[in-house]
Amino acid sequence: MSVTLVALAVLMGAVTYPSRAVPLLTPGIERLPPGIRLYLRLVGPAVLAALAAANAMVGSEAGHPVFHVGIEWLAVAASVVLVAWRRNLFAGLLLGVVLTALARATGLA
Amino acid sequence: MSDGRSQADGNPAPAHGAGAGVAASRRRLWAESAGIAISSGGFGLVYGLAARNAGFSPVEAVAMSVFVFAGASQFAAVGLVTGGLAWPAIAFVTAVLNARHLLYSAALSPWLRAVPRRRRAMMAYVLTDESFALAIAHFQRLGYADERGYWIGAVASTYVPWNVMTVVGAVLGGQIADPNRLGLDVVFPAAMAGLAVGLISGRRELLAALSGAVLAVMVGLALGTAAGVVVGGLLGPAAGLALVPGPGAAVPAGGELRDQLLADAEEAALPPDEAGLP
Repeated sequence: MSVTLVALAVLMGAVTYPSRAVPLLTPGIERLPPGIRLYLRLVGPAVLAALAAANAMVGSEAGHPVFHVGIEWLAVAASVVLVAWRRNLFAGLLLGVVLTALARATGLA
Repeated sequence: MSDGRSQADGNPAPAHGAGAGVAASRRRLWAESAGIAISSGGFGLVYGLAARNAGFSPVEAVAMSVFVFAGASQFAAVGLVTGGLAWPAIAFVTAVLNARHLLYSAALSPWLRAVPRRRRAMMAYVLTDESFALAIAHFQRLGYADERGYWIGAVASTYVPWNVMTVVGAVLGGQIADPNRLGLDVVFPAAMAGLAVGLISGRRELLAALSGAVLAVMVGLALGTAAGVVVGGLLGPAAGLALVPGPGAAVPAGGELRDQLLADAEEAALPPDEAGLP
């Protein structure tokens, strides 16, 4: 059983901890410049949207990236609509998975 | 462990009537924590499945939940490892993605000032969107910090269910012969998109997300998905920053005001019924 990525997990934990701990352990440091606060607020949606789009729209053929069109688009879009409407991420995931499984089971995708 | 009572302004906790108050508030905290625990466990299961689907061993999947304990970046790592991104770059993306914890930590700092430093260091380890949301609501109900209440929200509602269900997902994931046939390959992009939706509270966030997505695809087609994600994730916010704020959307000036920071942090935190990821 591979344990290679355990070291990556420790590294990721090490770079995450300071953002959790520094303001708690260093009173007064919580006064971040407003520009940085705003950037931090925007990084989350940008990184997550980038991950979703790249995963759903960029495939690979013979080791080269290619534009991918498939049921994943519809599944992710349906999931996003449901999450935005009902504010329920779990329901959105379930819808995406069920749509994809049904489309593949019926030969539509 | 003491109750760790301390007011946000550092004054002594009220001596009278606090017992009944803290009991009632903790009952409510437990009820809220139960809902979070179910949701958190569900997503821990999904993370375990996604990690196994991407080729992580059960030990590697669980190590992420134990050491990182930050759902969005754990899901992101699944995609970035699969995309072949170098570890330092993954660490950088993780740090940036989890930098929002600065806001939570800063907002809790004045409440927890009286807690011994070593325990504050431990509390920081389990600080997540959910533990912040539960703790700040509990503290505000009481008017002072209740350290035991913090641990209830952080450990019982999130850390334990997230890790236990990661184990279950990682073990179950290995038993599924063809995960894609069941649509499990969609879990990752759908989870990322859904989490992004949860963080969009205005035009700036929306523009940053759309820009990040477009850049990720364009750069991804040229240089690979991992490079696309890094470029989109780091440059996407520039579009949001460049947006001229509308009336009432001005950024507060001067790096001041803990109250504003608290408002930012509360805004960023998902309310209990929408949460699920640490």
